[in-house]
Amino acid sequence: MRLVVDLNKCQGYAQCAFLAPDVFAMHGEESLIYNPRADEEQRERLARAVAACPVQAITADGLDGAADPADGAADGASREASDGR
Amino acid sequence: MAADYLEWLRREGRIVIVGASLAGLRAAETLRAEGFAGELTLIGDEPYEPYDRPPLSKSVLLGMASPHHTELPHRWEIDAKWRLGVAASGLDLTAKRVRLADGDEVEYDRLLIATGVRARPWPKEDEARLDGVCLLRTREDAADLYRRLKAGPRRVFVIGAGFAGSEVASACREMGIPVTVAERAGAPLVGALGGVVGAVAADLATENGVDLRTHVTVTSLEGDPVGRVRAVHLSDESVVEADVVVVSLGSLRNTDWLAGSGLGAGPRGIACDAGCRAFDFRGIVTDDVFVAGDVARSPHALFGYQFLSLEHWGNAVAQAETAAHNMICHGADRRPHLWMPAFWSSMFGVNIKSVGVPPMGEQLMITQGSLAERRFVGVYGYQGRIVAAVTFDNTRWLEFYQRQIEQGAPFPVEHPTVDRRPEGRQPVPADFPDPSLPTHGPMVTLSGYSPAEQQLVFHPARH
Repeated sequence: MRLVVDLNKCQGYAQCAFLAPDVFAMHGEESLIYNPRADEEQRERLARAVAACPVQAITADGLDGAADPADGAADGASREASDGR
Repeated sequence: MAADYLEWLRREGRIVIVGASLAGLRAAETLRAEGFAGELTLIGDEPYEPYDRPPLSKSVLLGMASPHHTELPHRWEIDAKWRLGVAASGLDLTAKRVRLADGDEVEYDRLLIATGVRARPWPKEDEARLDGVCLLRTREDAADLYRRLKAGPRRVFVIGAGFAGSEVASACREMGIPVTVAERAGAPLVGALGGVVGAVAADLATENGVDLRTHVTVTSLEGDPVGRVRAVHLSDESVVEADVVVVSLGSLRNTDWLAGSGLGAGPRGIACDAGCRAFDFRGIVTDDVFVAGDVARSPHALFGYQFLSLEHWGNAVAQAETAAHNMICHGADRRPHLWMPAFWSSMFGVNIKSVGVPPMGEQLMITQGSLAERRFVGVYGYQGRIVAAVTFDNTRWLEFYQRQIEQGAPFPVEHPTVDRRPEGRQPVPADFPDPSLPTHGPMVTLSGYSPAEQQLVFHPARH
């Protein structure tokens, strides 16, 4: 699954780092680093992190269905928007 | 007539986007989300679908992400024709055609240019070719640099202490690699944040073990007999042995392919109006060519209508969305690109964020926290107004200051603040370098005519 965090929005609440520690980590007190490509086994934790972000800064695709469009061809965009709302 | 054309365009027109990175992708998504049903083509010089760059100097170098897997999630089905791995090489405005490097041509009804920037290479070509001399812009650059860092170099030398160079130095220290950073100015980040805040960044770097050399330039890179870099020569006549050299001298705008096209494009980007329509070289706005992202320069009402050229992630997103919206809208429904400039960086475990245009500031007040603690809010003032703010590990206050900038709040700041210290109460000069001196530092360049003043206010000589 692919994801991106809008770090202009991110305020370092660290909810994602608690909920999906293999994807998100705090680096220092308030800066966030993350892996833009999460493993399939992280699906549920990633979904929780997306939902829990107080400023809705995380966008991920491939969360809403079985197939991961990220593994498709270059034109394989996801079927619908999923920005955690 | 115009209404008919737009209806036709939305239904079966051809839109071509040159540049398949963040801005190109977000524009394509917006076009589809807003009902564009015609033919959409994305042209990109890199052979990859759109990927995100900020992680390349952060989580990738810290070993948390793969340089090959930072592709951006798609928010919308874009059903596009992708022409990846082939650069655009020319534009014919009259025939409405984009020429490609492989000789092919692509016709458009409306065009969006989002070709971004590339890393400024080391100017001496024979030295730039030495094994171990690296840039950091693309995913290949990141993969190469990461591999070299993992191999345990004796010393890394970073040329240029802007954000990217400082992030590389930070990653090196985290990996326990000795690193030297050379900066022409008196401290890191001075082009973007000024000398007062730059001094904090300098302390951060040296405390974390960076060998920081300021007020120096690199005069030459020395190779060994088999063509590997082995030493860096500096203007103070010192020599530093290093087996990896990272050239971090800012970026060049990808406008070369537009030479002779008639567009108002040059080394400082492509000028466009606040609605993202490109100007031609006569200063007349075009009807069918739009611009977004790092390559664009557009006037901003909040900052004296100066043309801002912003190499910021958030600007690429916002401007792409505005450009895409405007491409398929009637004049009255068009929106201005009035995004509040904002960026972030992190180095040595400290989160640095900013809103507004710091280099416009003449004076600085530390309104919260303290420089010595590396946790503060700095507010920049220009002609009695707040024009920017920067935070070190204090991001949650930034939104408040953004509102202040939007409201044209007075400077010096008079409101009471949480965690206010006595030393920050007096404004001090923000200490930006003389803009007429060459620098690679600023991520924001300001230029253009203000309707109020009719003069060129700020003109960094970057080239």
